[in-house]
Amino acid sequence: MIDGLRRVETPEGVRLDLRPAGPLGRGLAWLLDLAIRAGLYLVLAMVLALLGGLGMGVFLLAVFALEWLYPVCFEALASGQTPGKMVLGLRVVGEDGTPVGWSRAMVRSLLMAADFLPFAYASGLLCMLLQREGRRLGDLAAGTLVVYAPRAVPRGPLPTASAPWMPPLPLDLEEQRAVIAFAERAASFSPERTRELAGLLRPLTGLEGEEAVARLKGLAGLCAGGRP
Amino acid sequence: VRQQAFEQAHAAEWQAFEAQLGRAGRRAPEAASLEAFPERYRRLCHHLALAQERRYTSGLVERLHDLVARGHAVLYAGGGGLWRSWGSFLRGGLARQIRARRGAVLLASALFFLPQLLLPLAIRRNPEVAFLVEEPRELARYEAMYRGEGGRFGREGQADTDLAMFGHYVWNNVRVSFQCFASGLFLGVGSAFYLLWNGLHGGAVAGHLIRVGLGPSFGSFVATHSAFELPALILCGAAGLGLGAAVAAPGRRGRLHALQQAVRDHAGLVYAAAFLDLLAAGLEAFWSASAAVPPGAKLAAGAALWTAGAAYVLFAGRRHA
Repeated sequence: MIDGLRRVETPEGVRLDLRPAGPLGRGLAWLLDLAIRAGLYLVLAMVLALLGGLGMGVFLLAVFALEWLYPVCFEALASGQTPGKMVLGLRVVGEDGTPVGWSRAMVRSLLMAADFLPFAYASGLLCMLLQREGRRLGDLAAGTLVVYAPRAVPRGPLPTASAPWMPPLPLDLEEQRAVIAFAERAASFSPERTRELAGLLRPLTGLEGEEAVARLKGLAGLCAGGRP
Repeated sequence: VRQQAFEQAHAAEWQAFEAQLGRAGRRAPEAASLEAFPERYRRLCHHLALAQERRYTSGLVERLHDLVARGHAVLYAGGGGLWRSWGSFLRGGLARQIRARRGAVLLASALFFLPQLLLPLAIRRNPEVAFLVEEPRELARYEAMYRGEGGRFGREGQADTDLAMFGHYVWNNVRVSFQCFASGLFLGVGSAFYLLWNGLHGGAVAGHLIRVGLGPSFGSFVATHSAFELPALILCGAAGLGLGAAVAAPGRRGRLHALQQAVRDHAGLVYAAAFLDLLAAGLEAFWSASAAVPPGAKLAAGAALWTAGAAYVLFAGRRHA
């Protein structure tokens, strides 16, 4: 497989697939977070400038806290997502797909300093490019990775056997699944593409165009289990 | 079993599980609202396996996969062991860890303290040595700072400057310590470099100030907060060297696992160092730099803190060991 998925076997014996994010998505998320922090600093600086030396001290403390704790707090408390990652649909998880928690979030944030060396996050980028799962040094050390958070996939209704149609020859399981999958996903294709795909089965259905689509959906309904 | 029958038979249960997931994500879910969660989760795993095995449609498999992934995250989320045990960690666990890694701690101390001790001696023989390490301009700046205005060093209780300096010290100290730790990942070279570098610069400044006769005012300034600041750097350096050792010589484990184990083992030292850095910054800003405190008091406080620190490292936490 070259899909780059990370497979995690749970104790219950099922397999979870994690979809690791690459340098581009993560870089954009990092830029967004940087912009957010910069905005905060700007506002803080303007407000605290009114307080003179006292404001300077408070400002430096705030910068310190934000720089070190911003990623840690968001990742530990907001299920692995800083605001930048949230926008990009990314999430930090443990190697086994569990939430990161404080310790691991802390470690990966601490080792950001190693990723930065010798300049401009060169080590981290190199490390990400050298492996399939795009982890930086901090991820390797903390045992975490950044994955795409699963999105709710819009799912068409399972076809029902409104106009069931029995094919002239028996279909094996694989073929039945293909037909059901076609009916389920038809809603997400353009009508032309649907007709084109249905037309491929002309030897079976003997039809083309809209009629072939309707016939295949009827067949799918039968396969999916609705009794005629 | 046909897919439709399968979905109809279990839809209600899946919905109930999803509702529980929503509740479990909140801060403090009531125990009653999570009843039967593990059983439901196990059955859901079974359903996912069945759906995959029977080649049900990808829509169904993805939905079940998503539910299982979220359930897995809820059920197997690790507890926060770090915060629960910090009391016993400070009482003796930290000292035990330092003693257990005495090799790394001693090496880090040598890398840092040897140049600190040797450079002043060398500068006494030949003042030029200071300029090999530090810019003349910088040395002149330090000299002016410790000479002070009107022959008196220190600030007179200006709360705003003190706070600004506190912010600066916090930012700077913690950054240096963390860098010293993190760069140990590169076979320990980074940590060794930061230790040596800081030792050399500290030694050059100290040697130069002693040579021009500012030793007493320099000594009384650094005596107190150095009891926290220098150990913090040493601890981070030792932890970094430990990381490097794990990467260089992982032993019978894979390199990655050795690294992850080393990070877990050394994290405590780094958090302790960050805490020490905060204390040091507070002392440096509000006590060391204050002209209101007599130099003798600063030196005495420094001696007491250094002794207490040494006693802690040597004797704390022996009873459980």
